Amino acid sequence: MKNIDSYTHVRGESVYLDDIPLVNGTLFASVYDSPVAHGKIKSLHLDEAMKMPGVVRIFTATDIPGENQIGGIIADEELLASTHVHFCGMPVALVIATSDEAAKAAVKKIKMEIEPLPIITDPREAKEKNELIIPPRTFQLGDTTTAWSKCDHIFEGQTETNGQEHLYIETQGAYAVPQENSAIRIYSSTQGPTQVQRSTARVLNMPMNYIEVDTTRLGGGFGGKEDQATTWGVLCALAAYHLKKPVKYSLHRMEDMRMTGKRHPYSSDFKIGLDKEYNILAYEAIFYQNAGAAADLSPAVLERTLFHCTNSYFIPNVKATAYSCRTNLPPNTAFRGFGGPQGMFVIEAAIAKAAEKLNISPIVIQQQNLLRTGDEFPYGQIAQSEANECWEKAVELYDLNKLQQEVTDYNSKNKLSKRGLALMPICFGISFTKTLMNQARALVHVYTDGSVGISTAGVEMGQGLNTKILQVAAAIFSINPERIKVNTTNTYRVANTSPTAASASSDLNGKATEIACLAILQRLKEVAAEEWKTEVGSVKIKEDWVFVNDKQTDWIWNKLVQTAFVKRVSLSEHAHYAPPGIWFDATKEKGHPFTYHVYGTAITTVTIDCLRGIYEVDSVKIVHDFGKSMNPIIDIGQCEGALVQGIGWMTMEEILYDKEGKLKSNALSTYKVPDIYSVPKEISIHFLETEKDNLAIFRSKAVGEPPLMYGIGAYFALHNAVKAFNPSAIISFDAPMTPEKVLMSLYQQ
Amino acid sequence: MIQFILNEKTIATNLPPGMVMLDFIRYHQHLTGTKIGCREGDCGACTILVGEIANGEMHYQSMTSCLMPIGNAAGKHIVSIEGINFADELNPIQQAMADEGATQCGFCTPGFVMSLAGYCLSSTEPNQQIAIEAIDGNICRCTGYKPIERAAGKVATILKEREGEEVTAFVTRKKILPGYFNSIKDKLVLMREEAIRTQDPELRTFLVGGGTDLYVQQHAAITNADIRFVFDHPELNGIRNEGKKCFLGSSVTVSDLKASPIINEAFPDFQEVAKLISSTPIRNMATIAGNFINASPIGDFTIFFLALDAQLILSDGNTTRELPLRKLYKGYKLLDKKPEEHIEQIWFELPEKNSYFHFEKVSKRTHLDIASVNSAIHLKMNGDSVIEASLSAGGVGPVPMFLQKTSAFFTGKKINDQLIGEAIEVMKTEISPISDARGSKEYKTLLLGQLIKVHFIERRLL
Repeated sequence: MKNIDSYTHVRGESVYLDDIPLVNGTLFASVYDSPVAHGKIKSLHLDEAMKMPGVVRIFTATDIPGENQIGGIIADEELLASTHVHFCGMPVALVIATSDEAAKAAVKKIKMEIEPLPIITDPREAKEKNELIIPPRTFQLGDTTTAWSKCDHIFEGQTETNGQEHLYIETQGAYAVPQENSAIRIYSSTQGPTQVQRSTARVLNMPMNYIEVDTTRLGGGFGGKEDQATTWGVLCALAAYHLKKPVKYSLHRMEDMRMTGKRHPYSSDFKIGLDKEYNILAYEAIFYQNAGAAADLSPAVLERTLFHCTNSYFIPNVKATAYSCRTNLPPNTAFRGFGGPQGMFVIEAAIAKAAEKLNISPIVIQQQNLLRTGDEFPYGQIAQSEANECWEKAVELYDLNKLQQEVTDYNSKNKLSKRGLALMPICFGISFTKTLMNQARALVHVYTDGSVGISTAGVEMGQGLNTKILQVAAAIFSINPERIKVNTTNTYRVANTSPTAASASSDLNGKATEIACLAILQRLKEVAAEEWKTEVGSVKIKEDWVFVNDKQTDWIWNKLVQTAFVKRVSLSEHAHYAPPGIWFDATKEKGHPFTYHVYGTAITTVTIDCLRGIYEVDSVKIVHDFGKSMNPIIDIGQCEGALVQGIGWMTMEEILYDKEGKLKSNALSTYKVPDIYSVPKEISIHFLETEKDNLAIFRSKAVGEPPLMYGIGAYFALHNAVKAFNPSAIISFDAPMTPEKVLMSLYQQ
Repeated sequence: MIQFILNEKTIATNLPPGMVMLDFIRYHQHLTGTKIGCREGDCGACTILVGEIANGEMHYQSMTSCLMPIGNAAGKHIVSIEGINFADELNPIQQAMADEGATQCGFCTPGFVMSLAGYCLSSTEPNQQIAIEAIDGNICRCTGYKPIERAAGKVATILKEREGEEVTAFVTRKKILPGYFNSIKDKLVLMREEAIRTQDPELRTFLVGGGTDLYVQQHAAITNADIRFVFDHPELNGIRNEGKKCFLGSSVTVSDLKASPIINEAFPDFQEVAKLISSTPIRNMATIAGNFINASPIGDFTIFFLALDAQLILSDGNTTRELPLRKLYKGYKLLDKKPEEHIEQIWFELPEKNSYFHFEKVSKRTHLDIASVNSAIHLKMNGDSVIEASLSAGGVGPVPMFLQKTSAFFTGKKINDQLIGEAIEVMKTEISPISDARGSKEYKTLLLGQLIKVHFIERRLL
């Protein structure tokens, strides 16, 4: 089934935040944000701005009736800076005016005097100064201390991975509309409607049941609107609360890029030990996460780095420590992969370094150490592995030997152009690592005309969640999908929701929908059984018709529904789902946090132009563990899209802050994401379909995040291609591999 | 008063001519299918079509409405996504996008559909590669583009059936676009007469061409400015040659150059050069003269024409003077030009048969990006020795540079590896790159050296 939104999408008729028709009298907001990364606010001058045409009011921290606090995991982030600013882009004042232009013009007139304080942008420096968001965490398996003595080869090194701007094409935004009795409805472009609701209630000192958050869809999220959509929703609500007028704020791209956090940059150290047969016996890693100025989701992101620090490999002795380092950058946040990619890059770099020193192909080490079913992860969960299956299938299906030979031949024939190839296995755990977040609810109504309305906790942001929800209902009821509509995500209809994140939303919301539909179906079958004086077990609904004892009756779905209504049988159900069997004990750093893992292998080939230092990705050939895909079009779309986003992170996407903590790559002209010409010329995706049971909805495994990590293969393929031109180059493991780094490495003396 | 047609509707508005079409469409006409992604022409979410009568035929081009002043719409047909929708079915472009899974979050989708609609209205070749060129200014963050490539291929396949049929007639007959497109030309003919009659003859102070850089740099300032639109002056248009001299009017756009037989004959790889420079919708708007006056140290066409020793004819409305492009730049964004002066014409000598011309550009992203370093060379040769070399480079100083010393160094010398090596050392003495978002100064220095080599390798002189 195609994405159910595609009809309105291609006609420009889908509604996003900025498309909502405005209520008369709507006012417009714009934020004055700190131009300095760290300092004490000496004075704030609003007079000039207040005199600007159209300005209604300017709010500051003193106007907050409740707590000036939006920190989710840790209460360490003010909505509006009160006494100190902690990063360039930190909101300080909120201008409300009669037009968007007037609000923005007035912002330019605000002046602030700041007493500067020392600025930290480097996570290692932050760690030295003990500027940590949370105490460090360590995951351990076996005993690395004694294992080193058994290793024949030990290598150490350092890696860097830069951040990544989400660049959802729809910027952040919110629209707050006052309701009677001081209630507020907030339309928010958020992955986490409940988070917006909860924070608004806290800031306005109002109960949550007075805050309604409604989200139709997002023009892209990628994690950037999981926590960081909250600010804008709360700010609009704050103004609406005081002014009793609707207030809207749809951010300009440069405001968005400047004020919001990104994927966390990491600086890491590794130490890897292997025996003669290239078994990895021991691995140690220290991760320095650049968290930015407040916790945001950093502690959770940090945790996932540790969960994925050994990627798809079994290593018997592991010690991985992670520091969440407070710097004066915008608080970094969730981004597809959520710390996992950063952890995986380090182990891949360690393997690449070992291979280079041992003068063997990294492929040898990678394959030798792939996880097998029964192996233990550093956090105690036992693997149900598809790692070898994916790897072997990729090697065979895509003929790895031939691909390698082609690269060798090409490189011997071409002096000014070189190819590189790399394999990238992945392993990604599905579930929120915070166990309590693994719950969802769905509200299903069957109307008397036979139509069905569904609301869930999940937010549609292009990933096809609503399509999968609709498929679940259509399959359970066995009715024409056209009878079903998936509604907006609304905190009045479905409460206390987890954000749409962690790749788990189809599983959680799909299963809740399944449970709700099954309950209604059971009641409908009882009605039919009563009519035909038979057992409920003899009743079936097949493609809109009621069957009794496998014989079609003259009752169509509508008739069944109407009869049930007349008999006063409930046609609605609100169902709850919480996946069983998952737990994690953070005091021991052990448990079974994931419902299952997703595996895969990608083979990436690149060609570099050794004169200009530019490059192309020739092909990425993937075998991916989809379980049993319930929607191949959507799942391939997720796989391709995540891959290209991962390649972007590893190649051209370069976040640049200066020493003063000012964002230099602050617009689309200076921050480049893949365009149509820069994507791999060929992407092949093979479905590793298995019949094994799993906890995924209809056994169709989660697909949102895992394929992003195939992009890491592009980095190492480029690395190998540079080496083919300049074997003596010492290339630091420093992503992204921009054309600049390629050229400098090619001609490194 | 500005008059134009928006989709099927005739518009007459007194809104400021400097307001961008995007805001007019979204916030004044409440047509929300045109999306805002970046407001700097770098994402294509706001792509619209602009149609005008050229040589008696309707000629449509895609443009980013975020950078297009409504003043530039006078007498034209503006098409937003709402203007290509059929009542209750998808057109084949939309169907292909939907069927291929080429839309995920959907926010960029109307822009892609409009760019492909522009492709259907152009008379370019019906093949997948050309169709993809039409969407080179559209950024999608969700799909990884593969399904969009496939959809573009399907659209190209449909166009293969056109076989010489008039474009508008074909696309309406095949229900790619609604039937009303057939009546637009007649409406515009009537309107243009009126639009020209009601035009304010007063010489205004603020001059806007395509607006592609002005609206990025000074959006708020221009919106309400007293603007004179270069595109309103037909006398400022056109590409012509007189013997060896080629003249460009100041409203000549990059797309005009791309379509010009004179340019394509003189620069056989011009299509490849143009492909490296911005994107289809921007090339449709951006003028060469604007690129010069913008004075970006990295302006692609400035570098191109510096190597050709282009001459500017500047006018203050009364008198004109000629100034070599090489003398226009006095410092960072500092020009040898009075505020009241504007470029009326540009001329340069077309490269001769015994000469070589080559342009190079390297950026972080190969396409739709600003160069880290760009460079052009024009070499007049006698056998294997250089009579005259003109080498220019961008991104290596505060202004777009004509590398005088390096150019002079080549004179009379035979080309070989050693000479190039020595020339690179000379080059290093006259550049002053800085480290910024486009690269470190060490990188830019190394890269320019490489590009100098590439000039000779590409022209098979090394």
